[in-house]
Amino acid sequence: MTDVALKSRLDKRPIQEPTSWDRLKTNKNWLGLWFMLPAGAILILFLAYPLGLGVWLSFTDAKIGRAGEFVGLENYEWLREDSTFLLSVFNTLLYTTVASIIKFAVGLYLALLLNERLPFKAILRAVVLIPFIVPTVLSAIAFWWIYDAQFSIISWSLKQMGLITTNIDFLGDVWNARWSTIFANIWRGVPFVAITLLAGLQTVSPSLYEAATIDGATPWQRFRFITYPLLTPIIAVVMTFSVLFTFTDFQLIWVMTRGGPVNATHLMATLSYQRAIIGGSLGEGAAISTAMIPFLLAAIMVSWFGLQRRKWQQGGDND
Amino acid sequence: MTDLTRRSLVKGGTALGAAAALTGPALLDWAKAWAQASPWKPEKGAKLSMLRWKYFVQSEDDAFVKMIDAFTKATGVPVQIARESYEDVQPKASVAANTGTGPDIFWGLYSLPHLFPQKCVDMTDVADYLGKKYGGWVDSAVKYGKNGNKWIAIPICYSGALINWRVEASKKAGWSAFPTKNDEFLEYAKAMKAQGTPGGFAFGHASGDGNTWLHWALWSHGGQTVDANDKVIINSPETMKALEFAKALYGNMIPGTASWNDGSNNKAFLAKEIHWTNNGISIYVAAQNSAKDVAADMNHAYFPIGPVGKTTELHLMYPALAMNYTKNPQACKALIAFMLEADNFNPWIQSARGYLTHCLNAYDNNPIWTADPKNTPYRDVAKRSLTAGGLGSVGEKAATAIADFIVVDMFANYATGREDAKGAIAIAERQLKRIYR
Repeated sequence: MTDVALKSRLDKRPIQEPTSWDRLKTNKNWLGLWFMLPAGAILILFLAYPLGLGVWLSFTDAKIGRAGEFVGLENYEWLREDSTFLLSVFNTLLYTTVASIIKFAVGLYLALLLNERLPFKAILRAVVLIPFIVPTVLSAIAFWWIYDAQFSIISWSLKQMGLITTNIDFLGDVWNARWSTIFANIWRGVPFVAITLLAGLQTVSPSLYEAATIDGATPWQRFRFITYPLLTPIIAVVMTFSVLFTFTDFQLIWVMTRGGPVNATHLMATLSYQRAIIGGSLGEGAAISTAMIPFLLAAIMVSWFGLQRRKWQQGGDND
Repeated sequence: MTDLTRRSLVKGGTALGAAAALTGPALLDWAKAWAQASPWKPEKGAKLSMLRWKYFVQSEDDAFVKMIDAFTKATGVPVQIARESYEDVQPKASVAANTGTGPDIFWGLYSLPHLFPQKCVDMTDVADYLGKKYGGWVDSAVKYGKNGNKWIAIPICYSGALINWRVEASKKAGWSAFPTKNDEFLEYAKAMKAQGTPGGFAFGHASGDGNTWLHWALWSHGGQTVDANDKVIINSPETMKALEFAKALYGNMIPGTASWNDGSNNKAFLAKEIHWTNNGISIYVAAQNSAKDVAADMNHAYFPIGPVGKTTELHLMYPALAMNYTKNPQACKALIAFMLEADNFNPWIQSARGYLTHCLNAYDNNPIWTADPKNTPYRDVAKRSLTAGGLGSVGEKAATAIADFIVVDMFANYATGREDAKGAIAIAERQLKRIYR
């Protein structure tokens, strides 16, 4: 009897419609938005805002310590015919292209070597990492000594061996300085490429190699038709990062040459720092930095669109 | 215990001679009395931070720390000191000026405060106080310290950039004294190179050594970046002559100077690779410590006189400024004034062993300048120094031009054969016109 009465009362109670808030609370998209907000705020605050501010500064005549006025494209127009800036663009492209290609070649070679059954493999892998572990400034100082006009260990050794009679002017000659700084960058960057590609190589199934070997494939054919295609996606990522790091290099150059001799090793990053922070011309320095963006975007786009190609990821040649 | 009164301290400058320098408890008593009498009373609970250039002579820094400790004990104001390579003080100061946060006091190089004069605390009262008490400021210090009628920084000291040369090798080459004229200097450089004892000046991006000698080279031939109205006049026959002179000199230097930074010539001189260069007294100090034969055989000289017929040297000025974002401007002023009081400054400058030279005339009598005759040339560098910008103003534009190595690159471009003379001048002229627009 009691149950009947209770049931009757419940039946009479009006069914409560879920409120907007209830719907929001259970909406996956809405929750996703909330979870994304901190990440979005960090991206905006620490990445997008500084970038936007830098681009804005490039349109002003801002100096250190005071806001500038909007000058439109004046900074860019000035830079267009600034021989030092144009030289820095050339230096940056040369530095990035040569260093990235050699870093890739040497890094891939080392990765393949370290992927083989070698004695003391663990120690060798650790040794390969050393240049990457040493703080950049310290390695730059070491290279600065190695290349010193008077005290270079290389010059000293070659003189002892009777191969040269006068010291090599590593950092005082325009082209010597360029190659010397590129070499230092390669030395420092190879471990990143090598270890990352090695990680990629470890994911290739040994059964593929076994099958290929049974089919009579030569080592070159195994590399060309198994290793290389399967490694392509990671190569794209590694080389994108390698190009970005090289293009924006600062410390090695600044410690070794400060952009000298006669600006022959000034990269866009070092010139930007010199003009903006040392020289006080924030607007002009920002314009130099902003001029780096198209190059960096191009490097990213190559990788991005490459990674979108499914067949490429699977080792195919085209879409 | 030294008998000190507030009146004697404030009015007299009791210890103008370093012989009367105070140490230990006497220094603290003096510092306390000074703090009581000082026109600048630190704010309640004040704390200060200072970013200074990193010392080249250890004993200088030791004396500096002792002085700062005495200030803290006397005033109750803790002072945190950070040190950076002098080239790195400016970027940090610039960022601090821009963001409005950072150390209260920056002690940097050349015309640093003129990069952001509106951000500097007005130091006119401190400059007037010190100037009246210690025989007045030398002319170049006034130029570096003042912006219009206002002192925006206090010129603490100079570091002299003079010729360091090896005596015996020079005698062998036929020079018992360092040449005093430019053309003689060129002959000297040739003779020294011919006998296998070359010298060298930095042609690289060396803020100190590169800028000092190449501005001398330009000015000694009558060349100037700008005139008295800040109009760019670099493109002149005088600049052309200066370029020819520097190129001829470069050809008679040790190879590799195009890559030299500020530390390169020190290393090469101490290693007996070069026998003449330009530098502060730090080579001599280092040689006294670790290469006594080099110290015994070396001497210092002023830069030769060029066709203009007068001295045209540029020395390194170290001005100290307080940022206007500081919450303790009175404490900043008190500290800077305290640093330059005779009882502090004399022992400190002695500890620097000639590396630092005063900008206040009263300190000419410090025994450091006569105790060793090899120190004496450095005594007068503040009086001899021209200022960044040459004929033009010491301001933001001159500071930018010198920081951007415009003169250094112009000479290096021509000397290394990268550009012809007209091309090297044209590049410099274009950049200068941009800065002085």
